[in-house]
Amino acid sequence: MRKFREPSVLPGFGITLGITLSYLSLIVLLPLSGLFVSTAGVSFAEFWATVTSPRVMSAYRISFGASFIAAFINVFFGLIVTWVLVRYKFPGKRIMDAMVDLPFALPTAVAGIALTALYAPQGWVGRYFEPLGIKIAFTPIGITIALIFIGLPFVVRTVQPVLEDMNREYEEAAVSLGATRWQTFCRVILPELTPALMTGFAMALARALGEYGSVIFIAGNMPGVSEIIPLIIITKLEQYDYTGATSIAVVMLLASFLMLFAINLLQSWSRRRRDE
Amino acid sequence: MNNMSSTPIAPPVKHRSPIAGPPWFRLVLITTSVLFIGMLIGLPVAAVFTEALRKGFDAYADSLQGEYAVAAIELTLIVAAIAVPFNLVFGIAASWAITKFEFAGKQLLITLIDLPFSVSPVISGLIYVLLFGANSALGEWLMAHDVQIVFAVPGLVIATIFVTFPFVARELIPLMQEQGTEEEEAAILLGATGWQLFFRVTLPNIKWALLYGVLLCNARAMGEFGAVSVVSGHIKGETNTIPLHVEILYNEYNFVAAFAVASILTLLALLTLLLKTLLESKFSSPTRKH
Repeated sequence: MRKFREPSVLPGFGITLGITLSYLSLIVLLPLSGLFVSTAGVSFAEFWATVTSPRVMSAYRISFGASFIAAFINVFFGLIVTWVLVRYKFPGKRIMDAMVDLPFALPTAVAGIALTALYAPQGWVGRYFEPLGIKIAFTPIGITIALIFIGLPFVVRTVQPVLEDMNREYEEAAVSLGATRWQTFCRVILPELTPALMTGFAMALARALGEYGSVIFIAGNMPGVSEIIPLIIITKLEQYDYTGATSIAVVMLLASFLMLFAINLLQSWSRRRRDE
Repeated sequence: MNNMSSTPIAPPVKHRSPIAGPPWFRLVLITTSVLFIGMLIGLPVAAVFTEALRKGFDAYADSLQGEYAVAAIELTLIVAAIAVPFNLVFGIAASWAITKFEFAGKQLLITLIDLPFSVSPVISGLIYVLLFGANSALGEWLMAHDVQIVFAVPGLVIATIFVTFPFVARELIPLMQEQGTEEEEAAILLGATGWQLFFRVTLPNIKWALLYGVLLCNARAMGEFGAVSVVSGHIKGETNTIPLHVEILYNEYNFVAAFAVASILTLLALLTLLLKTLLESKFSSPTRKH
């Protein structure tokens, strides 16, 4: 039988694991399981009615729709940005590399009001779309832009190390065997990057689904048109509808766990591919 | 052989890699990237400062000296000053247990530590409202003993600890895994005590990664919005952190003040990125992403 722990001469196993487990349980595990306990008192019919009510259904469509589109756009532009950062030299490259991390570092509320100021009908960007009859802020387009903003670093930072490590001999072999650059890209480079691109996509999507701060300012929050799921949870809480808030939160949390599971699978796939 | 060295050496032939592609192609890709990053990330930063200074520097300075703005800045500093050390101690303990020992269930533990990153900030706040709010048994007990957690500072601190939970640990774990245990084992065999071992052997090896983790943890702690918004109760001057104060000012159509206060957070983010870039050249973490 396998022992719980391998012997070691180093001290501190008991205390550090003890601190880790108690802190993890107190801060994360207990409160999170409390969420499921709170819904235990709700009948399934009531739970189902809450999480499938028309207003909530349209919020799922908006949240999932905007998050998917944003994650796709991030994979496309993220790949170009990563390619440029890894393969080319140009002035200002270090600054651009650092800027990619800004959405991680900038508080979401700040991103939210700044994007709204830009894309509102009188804003720097919005004013050029207004005459064309295109409204960006206070519509799902605005939500998508905010989600592209917060999701980009996930794609770039996941693909970057893989592209850096990629063995260029295969590409050179493909080219010297007469492949065009497009063929080399599609048949040699892209397959190598696929696991990382999918991981980045999943991470950006997971983050976008739960995002609140950067979205609520630009969304306009019209029920059925531009109301996202996290906002519905907040609205229900403010109306003291704890049961409603909790039920929708449980659905969201299950979706996040599914995403986390998928990301872990993708990452181990990615790691196996890199080790080969 | 002698006159070989005296013959002028031909300038090195520039080997353009066969996979590099023609210059126009590079130019298109670089331009696309620069425009995309500039539009998506550069413009919002520029917008914050432009909007903040729209009515001149005096209005900007006034907005930062308002009573509630000062209270919000103080509160944010307090919350971060409690949350970050807690997560620092936890991060070191967790990384030590995970990287220096082999035990069953390790992979699960690593996944669980990362869990707060996958939870929507709104849900991160909601779980504490459910746990400590007036509707729960614990909440009633706390109320009877006159202890206020949610809609008060302790709630803000706990929610902040939750959302910044994994930062330090996930910077340290890959690095310490790579460093292995040999140096520590040698120190122990030479008679070092546990603390000597940590401060003289382990800490010098991990200090840059640790600083990096603390930096990211602090940036998120000061900037967190969603989770904190749920547990705050939005009492002006009492439970509003800087990001919440930004929201209130913005919703009151006080745009100059909102962007002025937001500019502090933007400067903090830019400073964090600068230090982060400097730190990255100090040590190369095996996983640069976070």
